[in-house]
Amino acid sequence: MNAMTSDSAALINKQRTESSIEGVRSRASIKNLDFFYGDNQALYDINLEVLDKRVTAMIGPSGCGKSTLLRILNRMFELYPGQRAKGQILLDGEDIIDAKTPAAATRAKVGMVFQKPTPFPMTIYDNIAFGVGLHEKLSKADLDQRVEWALRKAAIWEEAKDRLKTSALGLSGGQQQRLCIARTIAVKPEVILLDEPTSALDPISTSRIEELIDELKSEFTIMIVTHNMQQAARCSDVTAFFLLGKLMESGPTNDIFMSPKRQETIDYVTGRFG
Amino acid sequence: MENPHIVTAFENDLQNLKRRVIEMGGLVESAVADAVLALSRRDLELARVVIANDARIDQIQREIEEAAILVIAKRQPLAVDLREVIAALRVANDLERAGDMAKNMAKRVQAIDGLVPSAKLMLGVENLSRLALEQLETVLDGYASKDVEKAQAVRASDGSIDAVYTSIFRELLTYMMEDARTITSCTHLLFTAKNLERIGDHATNIAETIIYVATGEAPRDDRPKADETSMGVKVG
Repeated sequence: MNAMTSDSAALINKQRTESSIEGVRSRASIKNLDFFYGDNQALYDINLEVLDKRVTAMIGPSGCGKSTLLRILNRMFELYPGQRAKGQILLDGEDIIDAKTPAAATRAKVGMVFQKPTPFPMTIYDNIAFGVGLHEKLSKADLDQRVEWALRKAAIWEEAKDRLKTSALGLSGGQQQRLCIARTIAVKPEVILLDEPTSALDPISTSRIEELIDELKSEFTIMIVTHNMQQAARCSDVTAFFLLGKLMESGPTNDIFMSPKRQETIDYVTGRFG
Repeated sequence: MENPHIVTAFENDLQNLKRRVIEMGGLVESAVADAVLALSRRDLELARVVIANDARIDQIQREIEEAAILVIAKRQPLAVDLREVIAALRVANDLERAGDMAKNMAKRVQAIDGLVPSAKLMLGVENLSRLALEQLETVLDGYASKDVEKAQAVRASDGSIDAVYTSIFRELLTYMMEDARTITSCTHLLFTAKNLERIGDHATNIAETIIYVATGEAPRDDRPKADETSMGVKVG
C-alpha cells in the first residue's frame, strides 16, 4: 500500500514534467545566438533546442527579444541593413542563418504567420497557390489538390470551398488568419512560426486557431510567440521565457507554469513586478 | 520576498483567501480545545457551544470554496498563485473535517455523562489531545508564515500521535474486558481518541499542502505511521 502510494506519486510528477517531450528529438538548434539592431544588442547568447513536432511557446514582456528571434529564424532581418545575427541556427544540420544558405530556401522551410492577418489582395485560391508556385511547378490538378489540402489542414475548407474565386479580403479576421496559416503550410515547411497569431481575434476564432495548432503539431514543428499566458500554457509542450534579450528559463510547459525555478519567471507568469 | 501583483485586486483576493483560512483555523483550534476541555470537565454547556459553533466553521469553508473558485475563474492564477488557491481549498477541507471531529467529541460528552471513566484513562486521552492540538497549532502557524520547516516537523511527529493512540486503544480494550460495565464509556472514549488521531492526520495533510505550495512538489516519501490498531492486536 505504502509502496504503491509513493510509486504513483512519482508517476504523477513524471507525467507532469516529461510526458509530451520525453525522447523527442530536436528539430532546430539555436546555438550561442547574438543579435544586433545596428549597435544595439537585442539578443544575448541564446541557446534553445526546438523539439520536433512539438509546440514551443516563447513568452516575455514586450521588447524581450522573442519576436526578434522569430524574425531571425526565417531571416526576415536580412531585409534591413544594419541588422545582423551571430551564432548558429541548425535546421536538420544546416545553418539557416549562414549567408551561404539561400534565404529563399530557408523561408520555404520556415513559414511564418503574423499577428494581424495578412491575406494578399487576391482570391482565396490564389492566396494559397501563389506561394506554392514560387517553389514548385505543379500541374493544375496537383495545385487544386494542394490548395484543398492546405485549406483543410487549416480548418477553413468548409467555409471557403464555395468561394475560392472570391477575394480573400471578404473573409472575417479569424478566417483570414486561418487562410494565412493555410498559405504558410501549403509550401510544406518544416517549422511554422506564429507571432501572436490570435491577438487580433475574438475568443471563438482564438479557440479555432488553438485547436488548429494542436492538430498541426502532428506534422509540423511549431514556435509561437504569445502574450497570453494561458494560451502558452494550453497550446505548448515547451515554454521559453525571455527577458531583456536573454533566455531566462526554458523547460516543459507544465513546469514553467506550475513551478518555475527562477524568480523572474515566477514574477512574470504570476503577473508581479519584476 | 515576493513582489506584489501588478493588479492590486488580485493581490487582495489572494490575501483575503488566506486570511479566511487562517481565521477558520483559529475557530477549529478552539473547537478542538473546548471539546477536550468539555470532556475532561464533563461540561455539557461547553460541549453544546462547540456543537453549535460547528455551523460557523462549515459556513466559512463554503465561503472559502466560493472565493477560491471565483479567483480561478476571474484571474486564472498560475505557478505559486495557483498552488496557493488550491492550498486554500485543501486546507479549508481538512479544517472542516477536523471541526467535525471536535463536534463529534463534544456530542460524546453528553453520552459519557454519568458514566465515570477512570482518571487514568482520561489522562491518556488528554495527553493525546495535547499532542493533536500542538500539531494543529504548529501547522496553522506554518500555513500563515509559509514555514516549510514547521510543516516538516508536523509531518515527522504524526507518528507519535499514532503511537499514543495505539496505546490508548490497547488500554481501553483491557478495561472493557476486565469490567463489562465500562464498555459504554470506554467505547465513547475510544471514538474520542480516534477523532484526535484523525485530527493529527488532517494536520499532517495540511503540512503536506504547505510543502506543496512552497516547493511545487508533494512530499514523495511515505509519511511516518504508527497506528497499529488495525494490524491485528494481541490481547490477553
